Amino acid sequence: MKLSTNFLKDYVDIDVDLNTLAEDMTKVGNEYDSAENLINATNLVIGEVLECEMHPDSDHLHVCKVNIKDEVLQIVCGAPNVRKGLKVIVALPGAKLPGGVTINKSMKRGVESNGMLCSIAELGIESKFLSAEDKEGIHELPADAPIGEDPIKFMGMDDGVIDFDLTANRGDLLSVLGMAYEIGAIYDKKVKEPDLSHGQNEENINDSFKLKIDTDNCTMFLAKKVKNVQIKESPAFIKNRLIASGIRPINNVVDISNYVMIELGQPLHFYDADKLQGCLEVRMAEEGEKLTTLDNIERTLTTDDIVISNGKEAIGLAGVMGGLDTEITENTKNVIIETAIFNSVRVRKTAQKILRSEASNRFEKGLDPNRTYMAAERAVKLLEEYAGGTVVGGTVEYNKEDMSDKEIEITYRKINDILGAKISNQDILEVFRKLGFKTNEDGEKITVIVPKRRLDISIKEDLIEEVGRIYGVDNIESKVPVMPIKMGSYDSTTREIRHKMINLGLNETLSYVLVNEKEAKNYVGYDMKSTEEIEGIKLLAPLTEERSTLRCSIITSLYKIYEYNVAHYNKDVSIFEIGKSFYKKGEEYNEENKIACLMTGNYYCGINNNKQVDFYIIKGIAEELLDFLGYGGRYSFIVKENMPRELHPGQSALISVNNDIVGVIGKVHPQITKEAVYVMEINLDKLLSKKTGKMKYKEISKYPTVKKDIAILADKDIEASQIAMQIKKAAGSLLISSEVFDLYTGKGIPEGKKSLAYSLTFGSNDRTLTDEEINEILNKIIEKLSKIGEVRGK
Amino acid sequence: MKEKLEEMSKRAKEKIAEIKDNQTLNDFKVQILGKKGELTEILRGMKNIAAEERPVIGSLVNKIRDEIEMMISEKETEFKEKELQSQLEKETIDVTLPATKVKRGSEHPLNRVIEEVEDLFVSMGYDVVSGPELETDEYCFERLNLPKGHPARDMQDSFYITSEYLLRTQTSAVQARTMMANTEKEPIRVICPGKTYRKEDDATHSHQFNQVEGLVIDKNISFADLKGTLEVFMKKMLGENTQLRFRPSYFPFTEPSYEVDVSCFKCGGKGCNLCKQTGWIELLGSGIVHPNVLKMNGYDPDVYSGFAFGTGLDRLAMFKYGITDMRLLYTNDVKFLSQFDRKD
Repeated sequence: MKLSTNFLKDYVDIDVDLNTLAEDMTKVGNEYDSAENLINATNLVIGEVLECEMHPDSDHLHVCKVNIKDEVLQIVCGAPNVRKGLKVIVALPGAKLPGGVTINKSMKRGVESNGMLCSIAELGIESKFLSAEDKEGIHELPADAPIGEDPIKFMGMDDGVIDFDLTANRGDLLSVLGMAYEIGAIYDKKVKEPDLSHGQNEENINDSFKLKIDTDNCTMFLAKKVKNVQIKESPAFIKNRLIASGIRPINNVVDISNYVMIELGQPLHFYDADKLQGCLEVRMAEEGEKLTTLDNIERTLTTDDIVISNGKEAIGLAGVMGGLDTEITENTKNVIIETAIFNSVRVRKTAQKILRSEASNRFEKGLDPNRTYMAAERAVKLLEEYAGGTVVGGTVEYNKEDMSDKEIEITYRKINDILGAKISNQDILEVFRKLGFKTNEDGEKITVIVPKRRLDISIKEDLIEEVGRIYGVDNIESKVPVMPIKMGSYDSTTREIRHKMINLGLNETLSYVLVNEKEAKNYVGYDMKSTEEIEGIKLLAPLTEERSTLRCSIITSLYKIYEYNVAHYNKDVSIFEIGKSFYKKGEEYNEENKIACLMTGNYYCGINNNKQVDFYIIKGIAEELLDFLGYGGRYSFIVKENMPRELHPGQSALISVNNDIVGVIGKVHPQITKEAVYVMEINLDKLLSKKTGKMKYKEISKYPTVKKDIAILADKDIEASQIAMQIKKAAGSLLISSEVFDLYTGKGIPEGKKSLAYSLTFGSNDRTLTDEEINEILNKIIEKLSKIGEVRGK
Repeated sequence: MKEKLEEMSKRAKEKIAEIKDNQTLNDFKVQILGKKGELTEILRGMKNIAAEERPVIGSLVNKIRDEIEMMISEKETEFKEKELQSQLEKETIDVTLPATKVKRGSEHPLNRVIEEVEDLFVSMGYDVVSGPELETDEYCFERLNLPKGHPARDMQDSFYITSEYLLRTQTSAVQARTMMANTEKEPIRVICPGKTYRKEDDATHSHQFNQVEGLVIDKNISFADLKGTLEVFMKKMLGENTQLRFRPSYFPFTEPSYEVDVSCFKCGGKGCNLCKQTGWIELLGSGIVHPNVLKMNGYDPDVYSGFAFGTGLDRLAMFKYGITDMRLLYTNDVKFLSQFDRKD
């Protein structure tokens, strides 16, 4: 809402500068985007063109002698309409004009120019507000303009405008009168009532005009008539105030409908009475009904749209836009004035489809029925005064609105309890008085009578807000809640996981959850029976296809980050993220907490000592994490047939904890990338629900341990884990650990075979093992392993 | 005999002084002092010496042996030191060559801020809670006093999945969840940091962003409590000199409602580009929990009152680390991420 302070001062007598007013309004909750003079220019005077000759060296410039009272200036001007005898706006040397323009003495093609003759556009008025003449050339002041005086003041454009950014609940501030009440409350000033006095003729509109309301979505409808209006230009103050409010002046009649809307907040619609058939009807549109609106566009309506009809067909879209057929034209003589209240939700829905306008915005926010009456009277008053019309007696009236003011009971104590303040009873009553709310006090209790215009106030808490606002939020001292001392809780596990991963050298990322539908189901299916069972969750109305579907796996997001980094010269990428992924199964929507990681390039590097990421590095990361979380000895890496399609079938595995699949790990399929990129994902909801071993001290043996190496030549596809299992089984409890220290294939090893070497450590907590004991165990191991391959003990 | 001994001693001493390596020294040691060494031989021959001469010769022999042993031992030490010295010299490396880089991970700046916020509020007795990002219309809007058709829903263009499910537009959804989950209707002190989603994407808005929500419910919770709490919060995050300005505003789930501006930490309130010359930066929304919200979620508004607040964590992170473009937070360039690899 753009507020003209000149307009405001009609209703409340304040004497504060523009910025103070804007800041004081901000403090009570009304933010503003800008506070500026309507015209931001200095060093302007009214001048008269005494002489006007063609420039000797130009086909369009004129050299003028301009009288500015104290002196006569030579000014070069290029406007086509400059001529002798014209009263003009002169920008003197040193003048600052909008857009950072400064006027200086200068030479224009060899001729001295001591200023500039201005158009209205050069003074910063947007061209959409200008008349055709003003767009063409310099502004022509009337003959009686006083030479040497301030032209802005003379034109009545010495106005300050504040562009407020209002909250959705303050529909009452979408009017100058509403603003006057608010500003009156801030400065404790009384608000003047609008002047509604007008004459009227002997006729009664009800004798010649019928109204039919056929829908509950219209709760109030008033019609008045003014005869014999003269269509012409509006007086300057109306035009200036409309421009200040951001509305384009058209002619006096149309301007009055807009002027009253800005003034009182009630939208009005004017019909050319001679184009109606003596009646108006409000009803819901028929499905598919057609209407050509003011902007000359044919609209197809639905049964959700409220229309005004002439008894036969729709002639206006209620609250949104009038119809073309009945609009006010230059030839209009008689005017029907409509002020009404329509259902705000319906108007909003229709406006969203067609056009959101100043009018629809006000209907959406709700209206005060008192203003509906006021606006009708105010409009006919202005039509009488500025369009020379004759007001027809009577009003066509339909009113189902509750006209009574709201009464809310509250206690002084409740107000202070909620604000946490100690505002005196007197000060509280003062706030209500300033706001223009009447009060009845009864001991501790106050009954506040809230005027209808404040549609935003309906409960105690709304009144408390008013007290806080007007008393001043800054005057309330702050404290912190007094509550029992306790330690707050938080999800420390996730945080520890994050820091563990960071300490393992990975960079944490934060990626988008929305991905392309095509990729949404990548890297999934590892922990369910089949990928086909699940669906990606798609948005009803995505912003772009790239972000249309929720990811089913975080790896999808990490892979995109990898691609970005590779394209930006980052070859070593080791990243992880803890976040959510989503899927739909049947009618069920699922959201899972996961950790994913992606690694490629060097894991660490030094002189002649780089370590490229391979499967075993990322596996090491996974194991580190699982061991850290207490799953040591409870997990395994399982090779299965149906791995996610995006992984290398020969370099991927499922991660199983306590015999349940919790994650996946592997190399990205060579069909997707030629680079060696490794990924891993673990479902944290699943993992953290698994039992862990307790952290407990285990006795350290006092007796020496014995190391023995053993190698086995086995078929290539025999899994190391299987061999380890056999060793463990054969060795029994005296085997402390068995570690692979060498894997060898190639020279000396038959095709299709591999040699695996194990280092075995034996020991006991209660004695030193004898050679015989150890040899006995070794023999058992060799015997077991001989079934798998050829064993060579050391 | 005496002369013979002294002559041998002299010879031995001269010889030792000439020895240049450990091996020769060892050989010589054996030659003189070994089982069949010269000195040992002399001692063996003592029985042939006259009894009265024996003490004199004996002490002389011992003296010579001590002297030679001393000399050999000194020589040995000298050789050991030399050997150590040469080993050290051989092993000397250029310590200024670059280290083998162990990868140092980094924490995303947004999570750093979340952890800082969490730590602060946990220390004040708040629990950190979370809720679903795929939220229902009921919890995201209806239980927060935003019935279907409410005009304020326009303020939040949402990503709907179905007419019932949407990506939460605000962490406020967790307010209702927390109140509903508290079956005993005990006092509440929670914060909820998390991801939120709105249908906008431009230089200053990301369709995915992060908020933290705070909710306190008890008997006698007031606006003054809210004011003090947010002062503690903002001073911790943005510096002790931060000033707060509460502006009455409108949110459907709080009444009274306040927007909160913080004094511009860049210019200290004098006015600069960051604060658009106003000296203030709008950072939080807050208010007293609307009685309808309390009622709808099982708290009696005549007994309980509460406050709630919410703020965008992305902007907080940007301010904290001087990040100028919000998109950097989501692009995850390793060159960006790696900058957050240390203690703050």
